[in-house]
Amino acid sequence: MTSLPTSTERKLGLVIDLDTCVGCHACVISCKGWNTENYGAPLSDQNPYGADPSGTFLNRVHSYEVQPAQGAAQLIHFPKSCLHCEDAPCVTVCPTGASYKRTEDGIVLVNESDCIGCGLCAWACPYGARELDADEGVMKKCTLCVDRIYNENLPEEDREPACVRTCPAGARHFGDFADPESNVSQLVAERDGFDLMPEQGTKPVNKYLPPRPKDQLDGEIDVLAPLLVPVAENPTGFFAWLDKTLDRL
Amino acid sequence: MHPAPSVILFTSFSGLGFGLLFWLGIGFPGVTGWVAFVFFAIAYALAVGGLLASTFHLGRPERAIKAFTQWRTSWLSREGWCAVTTLLVMALYGAGVVFLDQRWTALGLIGAILSLGTVFTTSMIYAQLKTVPRWRLPLTPVLFQACAISGGALLAGQTAFATWLLVAAGAIQIAYWITGDWAFRESGSTLATATGLGRTGRVRAFEPPHTGTNYLLREFAYVVARKHSQRLRLIGLILFAALPVVLLTLPFSHGWAALAVLSHIIGLLCVRWLFFAEAEHVVGLYYGKR
Repeated sequence: MTSLPTSTERKLGLVIDLDTCVGCHACVISCKGWNTENYGAPLSDQNPYGADPSGTFLNRVHSYEVQPAQGAAQLIHFPKSCLHCEDAPCVTVCPTGASYKRTEDGIVLVNESDCIGCGLCAWACPYGARELDADEGVMKKCTLCVDRIYNENLPEEDREPACVRTCPAGARHFGDFADPESNVSQLVAERDGFDLMPEQGTKPVNKYLPPRPKDQLDGEIDVLAPLLVPVAENPTGFFAWLDKTLDRL
Repeated sequence: MHPAPSVILFTSFSGLGFGLLFWLGIGFPGVTGWVAFVFFAIAYALAVGGLLASTFHLGRPERAIKAFTQWRTSWLSREGWCAVTTLLVMALYGAGVVFLDQRWTALGLIGAILSLGTVFTTSMIYAQLKTVPRWRLPLTPVLFQACAISGGALLAGQTAFATWLLVAAGAIQIAYWITGDWAFRESGSTLATATGLGRTGRVRAFEPPHTGTNYLLREFAYVVARKHSQRLRLIGLILFAALPVVLLTLPFSHGWAALAVLSHIIGLLCVRWLFFAEAEHVVGLYYGKR
């Protein structure tokens, strides 16, 4: 049923640290790898080695330039996948009941055998988190690696989403937002985590941490710095000769 | 939004078909026998043809029957129910009128109301979407009703009604364009709110996630040149309302009436193309497309 649960026991989701992300796209690749080989239809590519390649991805990394009022511009790498919204508009528009939000952990999933590929859920999502697979004709989206996080066949340290497991910078964190003591809740509280497009009223579970302000190099750096000035106004000896010779050339 | 031909044909022709069924349901024209059969055949061809066209954009059309299950929350599902119920009720009413020379007035009225209800559910598929500010306007359902009722009147040969209804539909279309042009700005969504980076400074899209295109860009980032959209609006409005109104005010002839219908249909397809092509989805913000 595509009615949303009034509340979920747990609220599993991600915290993405925009201060730490280095834009390496490893999360994009590990996501595509895991989700192509495991749960549901593979994430297909069309014309992958041709002139106009295109494919289905559940996680994409954008890059934005931010110019603060003062100081240098910053380059922010911005990974974006399903935010597993509490008030998920993609779920309620689904005509077949293929889209649903789980009451036990709040994960938004698609039952692919019920999906007719009408695309309305992708229209309803403000974040571009859903993509219709061109080969399978069904809607694909982030499952929060539901086939990893509860998978007892995997070693304990691998029971988290592939993107989180693979991130070399530690910019992605996975946890339960319903528990105020969890790692993700603490991070959001400490770092002033925020929602994407709050005006859309979707109440995203995933949160983003803002980039920290950069250091400013103004004024005296060190009391010893003047002693390190390398320019000699009136050279003598060997350097005076070298200076003259180079001028003459 | 990508103006998919299947969706344009679906909304235009099913709208016209249900518009005609509305007029037949309230007994305008009050024909019976073979004449009524022709009217009903045209209405069903349009309504059912439109509905069939809508299945062409499905990734898995063989499962389309499942779309009837979620009427509690989904406008698309409600539309399916309304359409099927209307077609069944009007088939019964039509059978009475065509074969038995009987006009079951109450049944016709129920069918007429259901016809408009179907058009309303179609319009709500678009009007419900917060992600497309140009569609999420009270004028969207009004516009769909105006198109269906005026086009239906024209097809039903109700010249007196059709003239005034087409004038009204044209005015509503203009009002929709004017309101729609402000809708995205008024929605408050910007690249700053989309990324949450507005608090840090001025945001500019620097690099997209992939060098190639993708489903999101194909589906949501369709852009019409402003120059062309203004020209198409004018052409659409002339063909949709102005020319048919002029042709209807001329002394009646079947030739002029047929031309009015043809002009109206081409104009309707043109303004409906614009309805999709001009609609901006907020996801375009992430790609620096708005």
